[in-house]
Amino acid sequence: MTEVTEELVYQRPESLTQVHTHYCPGCTHGTAHRLVGEVLDELNVRGRTIGIAPVGCSVLAYYYFDVDFAEAAHGRAPAMATGMKRTHPDKVIFTYQGDGDLAAIGTGEIVHAAGRGENITVIFINNAIYGMTGGQMAPTTLEDQKTSSSPLGRDVSIAGYPLRMCELLATLDGAAYISRQSLHDVRHIRRAKKAILTAFKTQMAGLGFSMVELLSTCSTNWKMDPVESLEWLRDNMIPYFPLGDFKVAEAVKEL
Amino acid sequence: MHQSIVVSGFGGQGALFAGQLLTYAAMDIGRQVTWIPSYGPEMRGGVARCTVIISDEEIGSPIVRNPDVVIVLNNPSMEKFREELKTGGVLVVNSSMINLPAERQDIRVFNIPGNDIARGMGDVRMTNMVLMGGMLAANPVVPLAAVEQALRDHLPERRKHLVEPNIQVLRRGYREVANY
Amino acid sequence: MARELWKGNEALAEAAVRAGVVAYFGYPITPQTELLEYLSLRMVRLGRTFLQAESELAAINMVYGVACTGVRVMTSSSSPGISLMQEGLSYIAASEVPVVLVDIMRGGPGLGNIQPSQGDYFQVTRSCGHGDFRPLVLAPATVQEGVDLVYEAFDLAEKYRTVVIVVADGNIGQMMEPAEMPPMRDISTEQPDWALVGADGRSHRIITSLFLSAEKLETLNLRLQAKVQRVRENEVRYREHRAEDADILMVGFGTMGRIAQTAADMARQKGIRAGVFRPVSLFPFPSAALETRSHQARRILVVEMSAGQMLEDVRLAVGKDYPVEFYGRMGGVIPLPDEVFDAVEKIHAEMCHD
Ligand SMILES: Cc1ncc(C[n+]2csc(CCOP(=O)(O)OP(=O)(O)O)c2C)c(N)n1
Repeated sequence: MTEVTEELVYQRPESLTQVHTHYCPGCTHGTAHRLVGEVLDELNVRGRTIGIAPVGCSVLAYYYFDVDFAEAAHGRAPAMATGMKRTHPDKVIFTYQGDGDLAAIGTGEIVHAAGRGENITVIFINNAIYGMTGGQMAPTTLEDQKTSSSPLGRDVSIAGYPLRMCELLATLDGAAYISRQSLHDVRHIRRAKKAILTAFKTQMAGLGFSMVELLSTCSTNWKMDPVESLEWLRDNMIPYFPLGDFKVAEAVKEL
Repeated sequence: MHQSIVVSGFGGQGALFAGQLLTYAAMDIGRQVTWIPSYGPEMRGGVARCTVIISDEEIGSPIVRNPDVVIVLNNPSMEKFREELKTGGVLVVNSSMINLPAERQDIRVFNIPGNDIARGMGDVRMTNMVLMGGMLAANPVVPLAAVEQALRDHLPERRKHLVEPNIQVLRRGYREVANY
Repeated sequence: MARELWKGNEALAEAAVRAGVVAYFGYPITPQTELLEYLSLRMVRLGRTFLQAESELAAINMVYGVACTGVRVMTSSSSPGISLMQEGLSYIAASEVPVVLVDIMRGGPGLGNIQPSQGDYFQVTRSCGHGDFRPLVLAPATVQEGVDLVYEAFDLAEKYRTVVIVVADGNIGQMMEPAEMPPMRDISTEQPDWALVGADGRSHRIITSLFLSAEKLETLNLRLQAKVQRVRENEVRYREHRAEDADILMVGFGTMGRIAQTAADMARQKGIRAGVFRPVSLFPFPSAALETRSHQARRILVVEMSAGQMLEDVRLAVGKDYPVEFYGRMGGVIPLPDEVFDAVEKIHAEMCHD
């Protein structure tokens, strides 16, 4: 008779609460939450972490993370994080922001937080749309992509071009680690987790500003089913928003 | 004449559209009307509900605590409105989806298997029209013909092919209650 | 033009189009977003300017820029977005350029919620930016009234070279009601004599809010105050419902005016003489008319979706000795007609005791 052993291979991270989320079916916010939760667990920093939630679909993220959390005004999370980290350098401070929050109304705050080299971590969810308000154009909406406020498709001669925030922020000397990853399949999700881990390690080593952009889906407002959404992300978003590391400071490489 | 009518269900059951159609019908025959959706976080949670007021006179409040008539399309709506419906009011129940009892003696209840009828007639998405037809038989707040006309007049061009099937379903719902 | 069923937000947008708005800038925020969404197609189809700004801060400054060129321009938002616009509004007021702003109010403070509220009364009538200025503030209660006020708002903004705010709670933005649209106006090609259009053949014009000399800045302020005085004299608007013989006079604006109307009818059925005074212009507040009406009534009941903000204007109008009661709900809770009726009945009972 062969011996049967049980091994626990998967469980809810301690850094997440045990509740149902309000996210729509097929939304990748849940995946992103989970990855951050796993990383906080692995780094064993749950007890000294403060998160800052944005205004957007993840406005209620504070219910899903079992870590201390504050709610920012729309776009201002990096400014709040700056204040927190400057006064509490021993804490692990992260913001979790959507593309409207980070790349539209909060562009000023994110640029300056990165420029100052604030020692914080930013998790940036790019779903190419304003989810919470019902599907308006985002700064990351692709050319010709239809949204409720670009009903004829994004016309770049009027609305301009989608912003590539990683490329933009990577030019700043204060940025220590900037990476773009995708949540559309398991292989990429694993890579995303590695990037999130590096970002938090960067902060913990005091090396400066870190951000991981996560390409994400919004089935509801893209008006696609979840599987189609993942494929649309892969086929349309990745060509415009290439994956990879855009800034890895020398000291980060040694982590 | 002054009447408040609530249509309530899950998103996708057509509660908002049914209410709008009634509003159009009443407006087109010269009544004063208001239509107001419940909006808010509820919207994402999947509840879709609207309040329609039809009156001969200028309408003050567009919202009410105890509506005169309610069409309930699902159990959560039933739970809420079997309590809130006015004494003597009319409750039109989508019995295909609702297994909760009305639990009140002081109201008039009409059970109509909306989903089953609509599915039988070709498309379950017309459930709202079955119930609307039934409501009009139980409570002739506007003539059935006015609602049929509103369908012809106000359905957007790309939906015009749905006018006839919807009228058939509306009539079927009406008969369901007329023969009650 | 026949009566058609319009959603409030879309009706306000169409009214602006018909008034000849040349440019719109805005940022999505519930419960105002349909206004922006509607214009995202309508303005483009008409070959006019629509741009979704990166924030309300940017939107109001885009508006400021266009207004300096003497062209009809507007923006819209909801409470938290209006907070962000305050800086721009102060500059616009000081520069005396005409701007129309629509505020579809939601519950606050803070991120609050997206339910209807009237908690911006102070913000729009008192404190929409630093310094001494008072925008003209109009508050519709129905979709039709909203259409008419937005249509007129552009004329008023130009007449007084001021900010005109049309303010409504989320209900009015979200509800559908029949409304008749005013005729489509041609876009004016007239250039006001202060507009920045290029100094071809003349010396330059400057629009600024910087006046380093205290006396010069005071002169600007005196001019703004004179404008406020003219607005007070000429732009008072209000409506009444069964107020002529009311013992208990309810005062409410926007949706609360309508709810009070229903409560008044309920009270009349019980033999209580109740009526409604509904300010339409919140600034200028119809103080004199209310004061006159208060002589004939015995009690005033102010009803609001707030902790009692307009209440202060009512008290100022009728004086500290007049018995003014208040009933309100906050946080996006709408006081329903039966609650307001209960408040009326309670006052009535007290009056019978006196
Ligand atoms: C000052 C201000 N303006 C507008 C809003 C309305 N608002 C809430 S969420 C949101 C957009 C969020 O989009 P994004 O950041 O892309 O996040 P998502 O919802 O897609 O996750 C907007 C415009 C607000 N809350 N505050």
